[in-house]
Amino acid sequence: MDLVRAFLVGGAICLIGQLLMDVFKMTAPYAMTTLVVSGAVLDGLGWYDPLIEFAGAGATVPITSFGNALFHGALQELERYGWIGIITGMFEVTSAGISAAIIFSFLAALVFRPKG
Amino acid sequence: MQLMGRQSWAFDRRPVILATGTVVGPFEGQGPLAADFDRVHDELSIGQDSWEKAERALFEEAAQLAAKKAGIAMDQVQFLVGGDLMNQIISSTFAARTLAVPFIGVFGACSTSMLSLATAAMLVDAGGAPYAMAVTCSHNATAEKQFRYPTEYGSQKPPTAQFTVTGAGAALVARSGSGPFVTAATIGKIIDLGVKDPFNMGAAMAPAAVDTILAHMNDLNRTPDYYDLIVTGDLSKVGHKLALELFAREGFPIGKTVYSDCGMMIYDYEKQDVQAGASGCACSAVVTYGHLLNRMKKGELKRILVVATGALLSTISYQQGESIPCIAHAVAIESGVN
Repeated sequence: MDLVRAFLVGGAICLIGQLLMDVFKMTAPYAMTTLVVSGAVLDGLGWYDPLIEFAGAGATVPITSFGNALFHGALQELERYGWIGIITGMFEVTSAGISAAIIFSFLAALVFRPKG
Repeated sequence: MQLMGRQSWAFDRRPVILATGTVVGPFEGQGPLAADFDRVHDELSIGQDSWEKAERALFEEAAQLAAKKAGIAMDQVQFLVGGDLMNQIISSTFAARTLAVPFIGVFGACSTSMLSLATAAMLVDAGGAPYAMAVTCSHNATAEKQFRYPTEYGSQKPPTAQFTVTGAGAALVARSGSGPFVTAATIGKIIDLGVKDPFNMGAAMAPAAVDTILAHMNDLNRTPDYYDLIVTGDLSKVGHKLALELFAREGFPIGKTVYSDCGMMIYDYEKQDVQAGASGCACSAVVTYGHLLNRMKKGELKRILVVATGALLSTISYQQGESIPCIAHAVAIESGVN
């Protein structure tokens, strides 16, 4: 049942992304940032955590969860350290993802020569 | 050479396309016109270590092939007229560095094939050169990188998008020979009806093609049945259909001749996933200099009008939300006239 829920929610987020490109004629980067911002807004409304509880990886794997994590980190640090926490906390939760992107890009660049 | 009407030239001295050189990449080699090209490469890299170097290599190879087939040395060619899609037309300038021929760089995006051919024919007809060579090239991966997204990114494309041809085409124009002859050319106006989608260039360019064809017929007082074939450069499925609608609206009897598009000829739609069809400087160049001139040699065609179409956008103009200015240049090629 977990699998079905993850599939439906994750699939629905991807469907929204596809519709943004096909119906609203967004380019890929626009569609991506729209989804990130949507994730942040949904978290602000307190709706993203329930979605993760319901769908698990179906909600954490799509890019919307990155927006959710950015907002989450900022709010946590705000509570702990006041306003400055918004800035320091933004990458608190997401640091693993960002560091991983940098480290693996570096490792790939050592081995491959991208030609674009 | 004579100015005809508003924007056309009639070449009285009948400059001749003495020889052509056409080289293409592996994907074009799988298409229906493979047998018409002088050389089909089996690697997209053309044995070079960057896509940009590969594009240059195609340009050089096409130019050298055209000279070799005509039996002349490269240093007998007075002027090289060339252009491509890269910023600052680097493929042409770097190739011209290797070829060491006095160089006239032209930019007309995918209309460069006929822009350069018209310029070379004008040079020869005016007595400015016994031999002038028109060359253009494009490479799928360099165009993707510059105008779209890096190929590794794997961005999706809508069905109106077109596939840039990897290849190069060269035409050596001379004062005399047995033909085919370049008899007239019409230089197009910039037409911009406000299309902003770079994934729908066929639609953006169709009005420019129609405008140039109408101007050509008007200037030279011709009707479409003068030609056995009128062919546009790279409007592909979407733009071709739109051009037919525009002809109908103008009451232009395009049905009296065969109207086709190079962008719909080079690939096999059934087997090759190219969305609306082909595009790129090399598209109209290799189809004309390879396939169409071969058909003229066989006697299947006597008079053709090649209308190369160009979308003159840059990545900056696109990012700033500007529409796509388009242009089309027409060159009449005829066999058996004197």
